[in-house]
Amino acid sequence: MENLVYIALFAPFVGSMFAALFGMSPKQTFVGIIASSLLFISFAASAVLAFHVYTTGTAIHVTMMEWISAGDLMIPFGFLVDQVSVTMMTVVTLVSTVVHIYSIGYMDHDKSFNRFFSYLSAFVFSMMILVMSDNFAGLFIGWEGVGVCSWLLIGFWYHKEDVAREKNPSISPSWAANEAFIVNRIAGLGMLIGIFIIYWNVGSLQYDVVFADLPNLSSSVLNAAALALFIGAMGKSAQFPLHTWLTDAMEGPTPVSALIHAATMVTAGVFLIIRANPIFSMTPEVSFFIAALGTFVAFFAASMALVNRDLKRIIAFSTLSQLGYMFAAAGLGAYWIALFHLAAHAFFKALLFLGAGNVMHAMDDELDIFKMGGLKKAMNWTYIYMGVASLALAGIPIFAGFFSKDAIIETAFNEGTYVLWAILVLTAGMTAFYSFRQVFLTFHGAKRYKDEIHPHEMYKFVLIAMAPLAILAVIAGFFMGGFQTFVTKLLPNYEMSHHTHELIVVLTAVVLVFAVGGIWLAYKKYANGLKRDEKLENSFLYKLLANQYYIPQFYEEFITKPYAMISEKMWKDIDMKIVDATVDGIAKFLYKSGDKARAMQTGNLSNYLNWMAVGGVLLLIVAAISAMLA
Amino acid sequence: MIGLSHYLIVSALIFSIGLIGVLRRRNLLMLFFATEVMLNAVNIAFAAISHYYNDLTGQMFAFFIIAIAASEVAVGLGLLIVLYKKYGTLNLDDFASMKG
Repeated sequence: MENLVYIALFAPFVGSMFAALFGMSPKQTFVGIIASSLLFISFAASAVLAFHVYTTGTAIHVTMMEWISAGDLMIPFGFLVDQVSVTMMTVVTLVSTVVHIYSIGYMDHDKSFNRFFSYLSAFVFSMMILVMSDNFAGLFIGWEGVGVCSWLLIGFWYHKEDVAREKNPSISPSWAANEAFIVNRIAGLGMLIGIFIIYWNVGSLQYDVVFADLPNLSSSVLNAAALALFIGAMGKSAQFPLHTWLTDAMEGPTPVSALIHAATMVTAGVFLIIRANPIFSMTPEVSFFIAALGTFVAFFAASMALVNRDLKRIIAFSTLSQLGYMFAAAGLGAYWIALFHLAAHAFFKALLFLGAGNVMHAMDDELDIFKMGGLKKAMNWTYIYMGVASLALAGIPIFAGFFSKDAIIETAFNEGTYVLWAILVLTAGMTAFYSFRQVFLTFHGAKRYKDEIHPHEMYKFVLIAMAPLAILAVIAGFFMGGFQTFVTKLLPNYEMSHHTHELIVVLTAVVLVFAVGGIWLAYKKYANGLKRDEKLENSFLYKLLANQYYIPQFYEEFITKPYAMISEKMWKDIDMKIVDATVDGIAKFLYKSGDKARAMQTGNLSNYLNWMAVGGVLLLIVAAISAMLA
Repeated sequence: MIGLSHYLIVSALIFSIGLIGVLRRRNLLMLFFATEVMLNAVNIAFAAISHYYNDLTGQMFAFFIIAIAASEVAVGLGLLIVLYKKYGTLNLDDFASMKG
């Protein structure tokens, strides 16, 4: 079993290194195939491990080597495969495998084909370290590793020009990559502080040691640690107010959006909360804050998705919204439900993104859903896939999203937090509306795209590769019961109270009414083509939502620009006039004094002797003074 | 009564005379003389202090200095003769070949 752990972990690494060998050379299809097969091996190993953990119920704990050993600090490279991490491993490697195969088709015409696979596999490797590590230090390494890979992949088309925000709401990939990286740096600091607090008070970073020692800690320490860790989670999972980078990250290639910015990396924050659940269950205030913020983000992001016209950004907003749901569940103590929604969401959201990639591919990279329409005929399979994924996202019965999202909404009811419950129900309706608005605008109605575009379906093997995700998006919900017994061996169990049980039919019906209502509204408005409503589009609320509550502009005006101004001032006034001037002054002094002292070298021995005498007298004076002082 | 300080004062005076000679003179031969004057000033100080402490080491040192000064003059005068033969002068101002 130990070997399987290493295979699961290092197969993506080998794939990355192999692809990197060909990084500078033109497209080689076998690079993609080998990277994908290694990913599949990793998936197979993860699946076997999952089966092993499921049947035996015991975790596998391996220590590869000692990493840092200094004084009392002992950090090994250790890996823990238990119910939580094996779930994440399976989900990550499964989605990654599909995305890798998809990328062979999607990146077909890209001249940096090999480089792309190198980055993508490196990302999976980092993600595996993140989920498998048995200590906070390893988690942090993976955490930063996925951040770097995310930066590399968002900025994959770094050569694209930067366009001013006024001209084009989308921005250049390199700008988006930097934004994502910098925002995550801010959050990473919070995370690091959390880890330091834990080490300072416990003296170890191993999960088991830390969690065993929690009862000895004061509540203020626990609160500080939980809050600091959650700030880290907020950055990675793009929670308000650190959410702007996620939609801008859509500048990267679509497989990247599917894998990193929907299915895996952004869920790392949720994973952290679930992994560190002993800490969070002991800090009810912080947990409630997490739940409240998650609910807020769920609603807030869904509201922006209602009016957005960019295909990928709509899905990005829905990712944000679903992450909010997960945080709401985790914050309310229903860790296993959060994990279940995480897994289910990974399947249907990756599918949705890959479908969007197909559409983009067919439409020559057009992303405006107002300029699409009528693609149903040309892209039947993509239509089915995106329809299935949207049904799952909207939470229609039998689809995966229904079970997981409904459980979260019930949790909010069960906890007696009726405000959160009401917002989450409303958000479910909005989710249904915007997902089907997008589907209808893209696939139904008359065509609105230019005549020179000839939409075509994606390659066959790509469509086949997407099938597992589609199947899982449909059936994943049926495994909910089994999943519960599986992960609650490790996570605290969460059961609905008797009272909630009695009302369950009503509760489900309410959510369903909202979901179906949302779809029906979208159908009525958009199924027969786009009828633009000038009055609505010019209304204040519409503009507010379309401009993302002016938050990007706000950040630009009140953070980016002042920061640039301060930096400029610092550079010109402090750096140039003080720091540089000091250094230059020393150099100039030496240079000038040398220039002056050169005059001594007359070549006349008599003068030299005079200087020698002066030196001798000076030495004498120094000796006399030091003798006097002594 | 003539004490140690008298000797040292004489020594210091002679040393100063030698030093001024080194600083002011331009003729190399005169510089040599001035150096000899300074060496002998030091010798006087050595002998006086040695007597003061009843320790013969200082006087021994003076002898060494006399011996070494003699050999140094022998070598130095040889060099001066060569120099004079080559340039026809011993004036230092004419030898400024090491200008920086």
